[in-house]
Amino acid sequence: MPADRHYTDRHPDILDDVPMKEADEPKRWLDEKRNVNKIVYAVFIISGILLAIDPLVHKHGYFEIEHWFGFYGIYGFVGCVFLVLAAKELRRLVMRREDYYDDR
Amino acid sequence: MIGEISPGLVIIVGALLIPFLPGKARNVWGVLLPILAFAQFMTLEAGSDGLIDVMGLELTTIRVDGLSRIFGIIFMIATLISAIYQFHVGGWLQHTAGMIYAGSAIGAVFAGDLITLFLFWEGTAIASVFLIWASQTQRAYSAGMRYLVMQVGSGVLLLAGTLVHYGQTGSIAFESFDIETTAGLLIFVAFGIKAAFPFLHNWLQDAYPEATVTGTVMLSAFTTKLAIYSLARGYAGTEILVPIGATMTAFPIFYAVIENDLRRVLAYSLNNQLGFMIVGVGIGTDLAISGAAAHAFCHILYKALLFMSVGAVLFRTGTAKGSELGGLYRTMPWTAVFCAIGAASISAFPLFSGFVSKSLIISAALKEGYFWTWMVLLFASAGVFHHSGIKIPFFAFFAHDSGMRPKEAPTNMLIAMAIAAFLCIAIGVYPAPLYAILPFDVTYHAYTVEHVVTQLQLLVFSALAFTVLMRTGLYPPELRSTNLDTDWFWRGLGRSVVRRLGSVSGRGWGALAANGSKACWRFIEGVYRRAGPEGILARTRPTGAMAIWMTLILTAFLLIAYL
Repeated sequence: MPADRHYTDRHPDILDDVPMKEADEPKRWLDEKRNVNKIVYAVFIISGILLAIDPLVHKHGYFEIEHWFGFYGIYGFVGCVFLVLAAKELRRLVMRREDYYDDR
Repeated sequence: MIGEISPGLVIIVGALLIPFLPGKARNVWGVLLPILAFAQFMTLEAGSDGLIDVMGLELTTIRVDGLSRIFGIIFMIATLISAIYQFHVGGWLQHTAGMIYAGSAIGAVFAGDLITLFLFWEGTAIASVFLIWASQTQRAYSAGMRYLVMQVGSGVLLLAGTLVHYGQTGSIAFESFDIETTAGLLIFVAFGIKAAFPFLHNWLQDAYPEATVTGTVMLSAFTTKLAIYSLARGYAGTEILVPIGATMTAFPIFYAVIENDLRRVLAYSLNNQLGFMIVGVGIGTDLAISGAAAHAFCHILYKALLFMSVGAVLFRTGTAKGSELGGLYRTMPWTAVFCAIGAASISAFPLFSGFVSKSLIISAALKEGYFWTWMVLLFASAGVFHHSGIKIPFFAFFAHDSGMRPKEAPTNMLIAMAIAAFLCIAIGVYPAPLYAILPFDVTYHAYTVEHVVTQLQLLVFSALAFTVLMRTGLYPPELRSTNLDTDWFWRGLGRSVVRRLGSVSGRGWGALAANGSKACWRFIEGVYRRAGPEGILARTRPTGAMAIWMTLILTAFLLIAYL
């Protein structure tokens, strides 16, 4: 339970405590590790298909780069990896403890 | 001669009645007001109306044209959705403040002159801060103060620009301005603050996540999009907006990746979405301006939907922090579904609203040959999917199980989310009605094989990147933290400087006060000695003098504390 819960609106339905997991709760589809793996494989397969059909799509791009094989996919992948890894480095510079401003 | 009444005023006047209504009637009235405003809007004809003569200046309170129409319509829809979303909120304050805020934004959109615009502009600033303060926490109070300083500052610049403009041209008409002139620059910065330009942006990420659950939904819809409208009206085709907008699309997403508070993540992504619109305004062709307007229209819906779903989570669990949440799909399945629809829309998946609006701006950039801008927009599009499309639903509803099993969101919240979700999908599947109300007549076909496939490639490979980073453990975990942004300059550096100055001048004041009161005492004792024990004046003097000195010292402290 989060220690610093605060309610910003009052509503008759708000309970003082958030109901928590019960011991006899039935397992969900996503609770199985192999089902999560299925989703991961699905992402791999769809990515593969989208890359494979790339040469079949007739492109009218204004820029030369758009006609490169799989440009959009590769750019999206590289861009996102760069985004996350750069943001991770950014944490070294800007991250402070949560109450940084509170006691100043 | 007044003539017609602005639809914005219909809502503002109606809002003033809310405190006098009992609870249930308040909700009905809240839903009726945007509908009444819309009915009033439908009676208006294109052109200027609602002329008021004030001290020799003719104010144009209503101007209906292509640009004000699309923004006016979406503002009224957003008002309606917000009204339903806040049914459960007790008391009249938030209902009234919210409606005055919405009415002011609508009034500003229909304003035909700068004075009317200024009045409504300040109206949005002052009414909206109550939605932040209504959280009733110390953090919200301080954030609201900082927010108010920025918003009122924007208004002051707008007024200054208006006066200079009037002095030079003799006109107060709200038409396009030249950024090269003093007046043009002042007004540009005024709009820029509200549009959250880089380095002027931080009030948004600072204040929005501190507002109430319902207040943030309203805030996300109006202030910044009013600024987009104003820029589209006043500065279409101003070249500098293209790099400004491109910067806005890119830099907030780095913060969005590492931010823990999911409402703050959404605020960063709001900033990124504004960047797309600013680029559109900067390019300034018919297609680009229409794209900015269309994107604002869709954006208000999906951003409100995302804020509503995270708000529902906050409402039920008491936290919106990624590090505390997870696994909520089990007991809040509808909220999870609506959140996913908002996420798909902001990511511009085919068949969702973002796809049919963002592409107008990106094609305009392509057509006008802005290669590097286009590359940045594409990177930002992939990044949006990454931090808004995946991160928000993933950390709230899936990820590691928090063990929390909260109830599903209240019915009124679900209805509001359902309306927004329906519109997100409807516009995505059938964009013709949206394209019909664009400010310019543009023919654009979003659903070509090329466009669908390339967009899917971009998005699915972004998802692939997320999957790979998650599986390899490279993805940064959600950590309870504060990330420094430009607000550090006044909340960190600025405050410590003021405090140091304060302690020095405080010591100075203390010494001065001590010496001063000693001198006073000597003087008073002298008076006392001379006036004798019966001197009434002599007896009251000491307390009076001390009170005056205390007041002075306290005022000095107060001034320093507020600086």
